[in-house]
Amino acid sequence: MNNKFIVSSSPHIQKSESVAKIMGTVNAALLPAGIIGVYIFGMSSLWLILVSIAVAVATEALIQKGRHQKITISDGSAFMTGLLLAYNLPPRCPLWVAAIGSFFAIAIAKQAFGGLGRNIFNPALAGRAFLLAAWPQHLTAFSRPFAYDSVTSATPLHLLKEGKARDLADMGLGYWDLFVGNRGGSLGEVCILALVLGGLYLLWRGIIRWQIPVSFIATVGVMTWVFGSKEGFFRGDGLFHVLSGGLVLGAIYMATDYVTSPITKKGQIIFGVGCGALTTVIRLWGGYPEGVCYSILIMNSMVPLIDRFVKKRRYGVAQNA
Amino acid sequence: MMRRLWHEFTKGIFQENPIFFIVLGLCPTLAVSTSINNAVGMGLAATFVLVCSNVFIAAIRHFIPDKIRIPCYIVVIASFVVIVEMVMKAYAPALNRALGVYVPLIVVNCIILGRAEAFASKNPVLLSLADGLGMGLGFMLALLIISAIREVLGSGKLAGYSVASGFEPALVLSLAPGALLILGLLMGGIKWLKSLRS
Repeated sequence: MNNKFIVSSSPHIQKSESVAKIMGTVNAALLPAGIIGVYIFGMSSLWLILVSIAVAVATEALIQKGRHQKITISDGSAFMTGLLLAYNLPPRCPLWVAAIGSFFAIAIAKQAFGGLGRNIFNPALAGRAFLLAAWPQHLTAFSRPFAYDSVTSATPLHLLKEGKARDLADMGLGYWDLFVGNRGGSLGEVCILALVLGGLYLLWRGIIRWQIPVSFIATVGVMTWVFGSKEGFFRGDGLFHVLSGGLVLGAIYMATDYVTSPITKKGQIIFGVGCGALTTVIRLWGGYPEGVCYSILIMNSMVPLIDRFVKKRRYGVAQNA
Repeated sequence: MMRRLWHEFTKGIFQENPIFFIVLGLCPTLAVSTSINNAVGMGLAATFVLVCSNVFIAAIRHFIPDKIRIPCYIVVIASFVVIVEMVMKAYAPALNRALGVYVPLIVVNCIILGRAEAFASKNPVLLSLADGLGMGLGFMLALLIISAIREVLGSGKLAGYSVASGFEPALVLSLAPGALLILGLLMGGIKWLKSLRS
């Protein structure tokens, strides 16, 4: 008789998923965008990625060693933080800036709150927000695509904000340029094609759900279409706003971070719409040309509220109990 | 008696530091700890008001009706703040401009009101003097530590003199978020040191 009766506590049905596997899949999905980013902006951006990852992983290991905890750098979460941070930086950002940002992301935004699973804010975005507030001159110096020198150029969103161009034609670009990444911008955000393919892969593998990315991007598209033009309502260029800036990168890879997003589907839609509305408000009426980073961070802080708001009412319990 | 006085004096500086342990008076702490000069000015002004109001309130503590004691404290504190503000305007106009609205706001400083309520209203004059002096110096010490870090890292200067060359100051540390960050890290560090000793 081989049928042993095993008594154990729940959960009884287990998947072979683990933190390391999920992080590995996300990292794999992110890689193409980075490779294309290096191709577009030159080898200096490869160093940026490597330094950012190395500092993130080393910081995580050192802090966990210092706190006498199990060192979990092999689960790939610190790797992902470093990778995402590098993707959010201008390609010619000095390496020491990336290193400090990585250190901040892991030490302050993640480990100071208790490590993986306990951080309120997305570490990579917190690192970027810190860098943007600390050294704005380095975080806003973008380089031209395929110009492997130190010529700086503005991103399409900068041009729009500063009134130097009114639409895509003014910038000498087309939608296709934005889609494949032929524009100035942060390292990993420019190639929408690679990001979307990676996102579809994650959807297919069941790592992320569609709720957050779709509601986030759709909200930005619709709101910028309605309010985006100074000539009246419903004349804005929604597609331009969807394809420019870090929206796709943020919506697919950073807003969907398990730790810092709501757990229910309804909550995720509220989260995505909130992110989209804030992004649009910052882009159209705020002081910064791009608002994806801040909007996700602000919505991160709302996640406990959203989770409580959409909590299902238990059967048999009074409504207002 | 001397020991008691000494205890009341030192507790405000270390064990019960108003910023790091009681966590009161954060508004001026965050706002004026951008440079050492501001910190010293604010620390002296607050210490003067704290000592005077503590002594005065302790002296009249038996005459203050219990139900309206907070307004009474405020009137006493406000009187001394007006003195500080007028003196500062006359003899240190630059400092007064730098501190701005935070000088009149000493009136509603939680540390001063807190010491009046928690200590001066229950203790004799001499003890209240020691308590006010200790708390004021503790406040100034905390301001000095925070502002030294923020000034060096945030603007590359110390007490107005340039100290750092070849490194780019992090702008965020001279803004309010930087103050919160530094304060949080310092409090965490102090807690950690304490846990090592016990």
